[in-house]
Amino acid sequence: MATDLLLFYLFGGVAVLASLLVVLRRNPMHSVLLLIVSFAALAALYITLGSPFAAVIQIIIYAGAIMVLFLFVVMLLNAHKEDEDLAAAPKGAAGPLRAGALLGVVLAVELVWALVKAGGTRDGALAAGASPDVTALGDVRELGRLLFTDYAFAFEVTSILIIVAMVGAVVLAKREI
Amino acid sequence: MVPLGHYLILSAILFATGTLGVFLRRNVITMLLSIEVMLNAVNLAFIAFGRTIGSADGQVIMFFVVTVAAAEAAVGLALVIALFRHRETLNPDTFTSLKW
Amino acid sequence: MIPLYIAQLGIILAVFGLLLVAAAIMVYSERKVAAIIQQRYGPYLVGPRGMLQPIADVIKLIFKETLRPKGADRVLFMLAPLISATAAFTAFAVVPFGAETDLFGLLEQPISLQVADVNVAVLVLFAITSVSVYGIVLAGWSSNSKYSLLGALRSASQMISYELSYGLTLASVLIVANSLSLTKIVNAQQGTWFGWMPAWFVFVQPLGFVIFMIAGVAETNRAPFDFPEAEQELVAGYHTEYSSTPFMMFFLAEYINMVTTAAVATDLFLGGWHGPWLPEYLGWIWFVAKMGAILFFYIWMRWTLPRLRYDQLMAFGWKVMLPLAALNLLVTAAGVIYFGY
Repeated sequence: MATDLLLFYLFGGVAVLASLLVVLRRNPMHSVLLLIVSFAALAALYITLGSPFAAVIQIIIYAGAIMVLFLFVVMLLNAHKEDEDLAAAPKGAAGPLRAGALLGVVLAVELVWALVKAGGTRDGALAAGASPDVTALGDVRELGRLLFTDYAFAFEVTSILIIVAMVGAVVLAKREI
Repeated sequence: MVPLGHYLILSAILFATGTLGVFLRRNVITMLLSIEVMLNAVNLAFIAFGRTIGSADGQVIMFFVVTVAAAEAAVGLALVIALFRHRETLNPDTFTSLKW
Repeated sequence: MIPLYIAQLGIILAVFGLLLVAAAIMVYSERKVAAIIQQRYGPYLVGPRGMLQPIADVIKLIFKETLRPKGADRVLFMLAPLISATAAFTAFAVVPFGAETDLFGLLEQPISLQVADVNVAVLVLFAITSVSVYGIVLAGWSSNSKYSLLGALRSASQMISYELSYGLTLASVLIVANSLSLTKIVNAQQGTWFGWMPAWFVFVQPLGFVIFMIAGVAETNRAPFDFPEAEQELVAGYHTEYSSTPFMMFFLAEYINMVTTAAVATDLFLGGWHGPWLPEYLGWIWFVAKMGAILFFYIWMRWTLPRLRYDQLMAFGWKVMLPLAALNLLVTAAGVIYFGY
């Protein structure tokens, strides 16, 4: 019980810290690497939630493929020298930027307040722990069955989406049409 | 057992962090990264709910979100490359030729 | 309970130590086998028949000076070899190398000779292979040198291209074995057909085995696919600017990746630790023998075949291996449904 909470706070803290640093670092290369750390922390959280398949998918696809794509683009565009600094923003931008930051914090506070008000984490709908039949989550067979029966349409549409994205990416990034 | 509310609050904080990134940063690649942070927060919420109701639906939906994020990242980065070739900069404030 | 923890800790330490020893043996045997193929003596001065040569190599590497190029990103330059080495060791954590044993009755429940018995072991392997790309990419980028960057980009795109065929062959084996856990896959290969032919998956999936071996060679940047670190073209590719201990970590990571790929191929296709004439608890001897055969094949391939040029390599990966792997998957799925394996 206590180890569960400890693991949650540990990995949750790493995820929040890494995401915050992703947003705040100047060098996009560092942002990409910190985002990978955040993904790893979230994958660990998924394992504590009893979904090992989701954790592994997160690492394979997000951290292993999408982030490599980001790294390639950052290296190709030499973006580590392109880091803009907030001081060179258009004139009179400091006010709106501060307002933007304040609104972001307000969003976070609002969401947390709404969640706490809705059920409270002590009792109420949001206090539920794991449901009794949690072993069904770790079974990959069940996921496959769901993918091909209940979500079959979404599955097929996703395959078309991927092909469209692939063709689109190649066409957009070509030097000449 | 960690209550569901904890996970949802964590998801909310991550989502707000990603939103902050999209608003504040003036570098297209970092904006795309912040969008990925937001998608991750949503994934966490789905998996947490999936565990609470004991069904594998949460993971299935997370799987689709990840796939869509991959497609979006690919096309977004291709656009970034095309834009960079045009203007040699990654600051989205310079792409103002449609403003009037 | 306590003896279980001690046994588990013992297995962890044993796997770590044995991997290091395996890397040392690989260094020696590579040079000796290369020498035999090229009709010369290999190392023969250090120790009897040159067997202490790897130790001499390690000592030499440790005493060299650790250099860092001037414009190199400090954190990433030191982090990249760590990522490579860590990923290489971690991938072996889910590979079982022996049958379940209870150490002759010392433990109250049997443990498998595996550091972590997860039931998505195959996917974890794939995930860690994806992560090891980062060590190479970061090494090439942070070295601030054109040879390193070119080598790293080529190597990374080669690795992610061959991961597709690797994954599809894994999927074919999963369909036949009906489980994602490596222990269950190995146990599905015990016994024999017709009384004499071992029930290994290499006989059910010959094309899958060939594709897996080729993809494994490409993943570890070895033999005909080592264009990214070819001496004639790129000085040394992504580890050009590294010396002493970081270089040793890349070296180590490459050999341990080879050992892990051979171990996984043994588990998936060659029946793991099952074999005739030996009792079940000595199955690890069979495992080591099969792994050794695959590793010998790797070394043999390196010193026999010429190197593929980068565009030939990528064309081969995307236009030949990927369609073949997909075809293999389809035929396997059809076969399983028709024959009810």
